[in-house]
Amino acid sequence: MKRILVGIKRVVDFNVRIRVKPDGSGVITDGVKMSINPFDEIALEEALRIKERGRADEVIVATVGPADTQQQLRTALAMGADRALHVQADGVVEPLVVARALLKLIEREQPFLVILGKQAIDDDNGQTGQVLAALWGRPQATYASKLELGEGSARVTREVDAGLETLDVDLPAVITTDLRLNEPRYVKLPDIMKAKKKPLDTLTLAALGVEQRQQLKLVRFETPAQRQKGIRVKDAAELVAALKQRGLL
Amino acid sequence: MSARILIVAEHDGSKLNPATAKCVSCAGALAGAEITVVVCALEAAAVAAQAARLAGVSRVLTVENPANAHPLAAVLAPQLAALAGGFTHVLGPSTTFGKDLMARLAGLLEAPQVSDIMAIESPTRFRRPIYAGNAILSVEASGAAVVVGTVRIASFETAPSGGTATIEKAAVNVALPTHTRFVSVSAARTDRPDLQTAARVVSGGRALGSAEGFKILFSLADKLGAAVGASRAAVDAGYAPNEMQVGQTGKIIAPELYVAIGISGAIQHLTGIKDARTIVAINKDGEAPIFEVADLGLVGDLFQIVPEIERLIG
Repeated sequence: MKRILVGIKRVVDFNVRIRVKPDGSGVITDGVKMSINPFDEIALEEALRIKERGRADEVIVATVGPADTQQQLRTALAMGADRALHVQADGVVEPLVVARALLKLIEREQPFLVILGKQAIDDDNGQTGQVLAALWGRPQATYASKLELGEGSARVTREVDAGLETLDVDLPAVITTDLRLNEPRYVKLPDIMKAKKKPLDTLTLAALGVEQRQQLKLVRFETPAQRQKGIRVKDAAELVAALKQRGLL
Repeated sequence: MSARILIVAEHDGSKLNPATAKCVSCAGALAGAEITVVVCALEAAAVAAQAARLAGVSRVLTVENPANAHPLAAVLAPQLAALAGGFTHVLGPSTTFGKDLMARLAGLLEAPQVSDIMAIESPTRFRRPIYAGNAILSVEASGAAVVVGTVRIASFETAPSGGTATIEKAAVNVALPTHTRFVSVSAARTDRPDLQTAARVVSGGRALGSAEGFKILFSLADKLGAAVGASRAAVDAGYAPNEMQVGQTGKIIAPELYVAIGISGAIQHLTGIKDARTIVAINKDGEAPIFEVADLGLVGDLFQIVPEIERLIG
């Protein structure tokens, strides 16, 4: 059985305007729309396309998070994942803890490919894929914009600061996705109905033998300083004059 | 105990990337910090000499290995893990090089990583942006033997030169994996300034309409001696290559002058430019969110305005 494991995270939807709680203890999430992290959706889409091309037999989607995360797992099943694994955990779950939990799932499921988003748009840490690859002792190809499977290896094009980098990695490997890898499909209503019948197993960190250790204490959340609104100029000449006056030209 | 900080140099084999000098500034914010820069390369001498001249650096370590000819995280991380003993912090730039590598190192060390450090307030207290910069989080890493971090380079000045650090070869004897192999990099080399560290940046959005349309930006940028950037929309549409993307998932920049042309200003784009000293926006839609952050805004047709600006500045 050729399996792909996809990790997803439940995050505040990217369209929501974030507000910090007045007491600085966090950001307001009550009544806010939650979604699958957009990069993780791309990861799932890539896994589904690989399966549809006949290069994988099963796509498993996994998450570490609170009970509500099952909504996002159901969405992932509706997109086309075959089954879901929910590692239940409340509170802060650091990348190292998520990676340890995913490694336990890898040991059980023996995937030939693990695909994750390059970063979650809430904490913007961008660590889990690399930490997992390190713990697993396997290759990582981060910021992927193209993935071609060979026999026992994969050729990955990565979006790096200099341009596009190409790597060959032996399988199994961890891939993290960038924006232009693909465009995730929309979920259709009949698929949502079908997804209700797909298997979703719930586990705990303790059952996996992973301790929920927190190494970084979240001390204070603040609203960033806002830029002052500037002035309007009426034409190019006025703009150039203003730039000269400010010593910028 | 004062901080002993190891900084991982980013370079292309011959030139030290300016991001490294920003990491030195970040580390230097801790009074009494002892700063070591490590250069992993095929041949490290030229890059090490540049690192040794950065003020604040006391020592440069070189690790030469044919396997270090290209910066592969899976190959570099075990070497850095072998060197990390005795350091309180290991820092790298929050560039694609640093983000890829440092988290793998953190995994090997099973150490906490602070991503995108924008301020270092004590050896254990850091500030970093989250939610695309819409909140700032202070974190405390007490109890960790070593803290790994990536430095948000837009938050720091370049460390001045004038340093006279010693250069030493470091002996690293660890098995290196062969499961990850470099194939190629398609770096479009240009004569223009580096987008991440340029003092002036001219950036274009979807309103440019085509790759052809971007030519008027390049022309203006060359007049200004500016680097050229792009919004995600313009990159997705194929008008500009990925390395030009500015924003939450592209490059975070802090130029003296940022000129946003035909960019509406999605929140993810604004994240990438909020530290720019002066923002100029040119857009035909007067309601575009870019005008909320622009110091100077001009509503109108960019295809008329941009050539006119170029003519006016001569």
